[in-house]
Amino acid sequence: MTTQAEMMSIEGRNDMPADTEPYAQPAVRTEELLSVEHVSLSFGGVKAVTDISFNIMKGEVRAIIGPNGAGKTSMLNVINGFYHPQEGVINFKGKPRRRMKPYEAAASGIARTFQNVALFKGMSTLDNVMSGRSLKMHRGFFWQILHVGPARAEEIRHRRRVEEIIDFLEIAHIRKQSVGKLPYGLQKRVELGRAMAMEPELLLLDEPMAGMNLEEKEDMSRFIIDLNTEFGTTIALIEHDMGVVMDLADRVVVLDYGKKIADGTPQEVQANQNVIDAYLGVAH
Amino acid sequence: MQTLPSLPHYLLRNAELHTNRVAMRHKDLGIWREWTWASVCAEVQAFAIGLLELGLKPGDKVAIIGANRPKLYWSFSAIQSIGGIPVPMYSDAVADEMVYVLEHAGVRFAICQDQEQIDKVLSVIEQLPLLETLLYDEPRGLRDYDPERILSVDEVQKRGRQAVERNSNKPVEWRMGIDELVSDELCVMLYTSGTTGRPKGVMLSHNNLIVTSINANAFDTLDHTEETIAYLPLAWVGDHVFSYGQSLTAGYCVCCPESMEAITECRREIAPTYFFAPPRVFETLLTTITVAMEDASRPKRAMFNHFIEVAKRHGEAVLNGEGVPPMARLQYAIGEWCVYGPLKNRLGMSNVRVAYTAGEAIGPDIFRFYRSLGINLKQLYGQTEASVYITAQPDGQIDADTVGTPSIDVELQIAENGEVLYRSPGVFLGYYQNDEATASTKTPEGWVHTGDAGFIDDNGHLRIIDRAKDVGKLNDGSLFAPKYIENKLKFFSNVKEVVAFGDQRDFVTAFVNIDLTAVSNWAERNNIVYASYQELAGHPQVYDMIEKHIEQVNVDLAAEPRVAGACIKRFLILHKELDADDGELTRTQKVRRKFINERYEPLIEAMYSDKETQFVSTTVVFEDGRQGTIEADVRIMTLPHIAPLKMAS
Repeated sequence: MTTQAEMMSIEGRNDMPADTEPYAQPAVRTEELLSVEHVSLSFGGVKAVTDISFNIMKGEVRAIIGPNGAGKTSMLNVINGFYHPQEGVINFKGKPRRRMKPYEAAASGIARTFQNVALFKGMSTLDNVMSGRSLKMHRGFFWQILHVGPARAEEIRHRRRVEEIIDFLEIAHIRKQSVGKLPYGLQKRVELGRAMAMEPELLLLDEPMAGMNLEEKEDMSRFIIDLNTEFGTTIALIEHDMGVVMDLADRVVVLDYGKKIADGTPQEVQANQNVIDAYLGVAH
Repeated sequence: MQTLPSLPHYLLRNAELHTNRVAMRHKDLGIWREWTWASVCAEVQAFAIGLLELGLKPGDKVAIIGANRPKLYWSFSAIQSIGGIPVPMYSDAVADEMVYVLEHAGVRFAICQDQEQIDKVLSVIEQLPLLETLLYDEPRGLRDYDPERILSVDEVQKRGRQAVERNSNKPVEWRMGIDELVSDELCVMLYTSGTTGRPKGVMLSHNNLIVTSINANAFDTLDHTEETIAYLPLAWVGDHVFSYGQSLTAGYCVCCPESMEAITECRREIAPTYFFAPPRVFETLLTTITVAMEDASRPKRAMFNHFIEVAKRHGEAVLNGEGVPPMARLQYAIGEWCVYGPLKNRLGMSNVRVAYTAGEAIGPDIFRFYRSLGINLKQLYGQTEASVYITAQPDGQIDADTVGTPSIDVELQIAENGEVLYRSPGVFLGYYQNDEATASTKTPEGWVHTGDAGFIDDNGHLRIIDRAKDVGKLNDGSLFAPKYIENKLKFFSNVKEVVAFGDQRDFVTAFVNIDLTAVSNWAERNNIVYASYQELAGHPQVYDMIEKHIEQVNVDLAAEPRVAGACIKRFLILHKELDADDGELTRTQKVRRKFINERYEPLIEAMYSDKETQFVSTTVVFEDGRQGTIEADVRIMTLPHIAPLKMAS
């Protein structure tokens, strides 16, 4: 893939390397990126997640849905390394893991956004997105302070990547505004930008469209689709808006009371009687 | 005047004359990238040869759809250099609106900015048998599209460069092709936005654009040192002349902003020397300033208000180079340092030498505000058919009500019915495939009907009063120009919309719509309680306020001999807002007079009777499509006689 980084040389020169790649066909997804096997998680006597197994293929958009309290966010927290399941195994990139700290998960290529926006409110959009790069910065504290030589070169490199993300998410006009003052829909976008800045292999989105109006939802869907197709990022998302899930997701896993009740393509899930009973048919 | 035969000739000239001067900037990934005239010329050459390789032939029409981006501007030169005809289009148009122009122009290629535009064209491609190839600038999202038919501009340029590698004679052939271009031939087709009926394709020649551009540059002494920012629609003749024609002929730099949303920041960074904006841009900026100052701390606000008062008193005189008392000059200088300078910097207008507004009437207060800050804001009057310039205000001869004196080489004439006619080297060749419309607009002697009514005042400045077809006469024979009256009233922030009546009547009456935001704010401050728009609109104090505004307008009107007979005698405040959903306004928020005449006939008749109130019941369409009725007793107010007020002024 010819990335935008290669096309837009930052020195302001005009020699744009041409697109030499043939146009990519939709890939057949055979490689498993992550699998969850028989995972159970409980808090004291409360069973949040019971014996759940599913997998996420490389390059797909995987949705986790279910009524309130079904254990979706708990499941995301388990993948993310924030909770440690009492039972079960998680394989990421073919390697099993049982206990992992969130920063290790981040370093291994898992990024996430949160249900309620968790940005640095006093910082600008640019700095927030830039903070997503901190794991990739190698120069030490003193180098950074001096801002010379390698530290400077490193910052320029990262800044370019961040600018590409800003361009991608169309948030250039708020680049220098502090995020606390931005409308909610834009904050969500900045948060996605920060997660993208980590260049994750697996991106976990916890209700990326909660509280958005229709237009904001359409924009966000567009970004998720483009992120998936242009950058090849694998995405696992929790979402309540069924229309969005049906349009975006390649496969859907349905949870109810901590148990998996269905798993398959959106069409299959939609037709599944258990799902209809638990979620689609009655809840409202 | 010695001119070159075509616009691409000017590109070649600039590449030699201003080789290393910056011709174009584009903010991309947060950084302003630059292209010199030499590199623009090289880009255009590669693009043009690439287009030849794709089979573009002289006379082929190429649609250009998108925002102001360097590659789209280069495509103009590239297409023209091989004898093709660019047809820029409004990128915010929906596919159904686009299809008419694409089909009417017989477009063979389309150059689109991005996936959004490509998708729009593809959605109607069945209706466009002539359209062969689509090109795009931004590759995002277009990976899986048919690569045979949908190519990137980069790919076309690459093919152009490869062709040059194979055959080093290509650039020479390309230049020879440019030399064959003829100045009187069609060089661009600009479709008018079509507020009345179907859009018409205005055909302009190289000569039209070159001569008007050179004249415009001469009028304001613009040269290769200017900087401008391109942000208005490519399809609009103004942008085509300001950002393309004038840039090529003068050799000045055009900057493309990062995105439409980031325009204010980009303008601040660039600080253009030559700037154009329609009135609404100036209005919006002023509102932003006002709101920001209301939130500012007390000392800052006091300082701001004080120096704005100083500017109001002396600013225009300073700008016009008239005599100003030394103390006032000192005050103004301090103001410049404390307020005007920083404010102009915020607005990105620190370096503006010449700024223009056109398109609609601008509120005199807004106009004067900018001028008092030291920004040389002027008005011009133009049309697509004239390659923009018909009249413009010369430096120092500025009046908010006029649009200036005829531009260089333009002849003006006022017809019997008050319509403005002009003749100039910029007059268009004709409407594309519409001889009937051409014949009714352009006389065999080359005079063009503008469709606007106006007159030339005592100083030789043109004043536009209304669309010619809307201008009527009162029964006593005095001139009635509804829009002229309405605009004067609409400049009050409390007034949102006005519809004036008077053609073939004894006197002038008006419907007024209050501006809910402004009036509710006012009501809050004055402890006026109301539950709905309707109640607020009918409130006696609101009526009193509007009456004062109308009296003010009447004083203004009475002072102008040509429209003095048309003062407003009775008015009412409508019980509902005029709404495009109800068919009362067009989608561009223009009043549909005929429709309103029919719909509110009882109210109009009541205004021409002795009635004090009139009952009215109106069906309305809500936003979700449901229908309802609004009923009201609308009060009609009679204004006192105007003559004493005139004395008072």
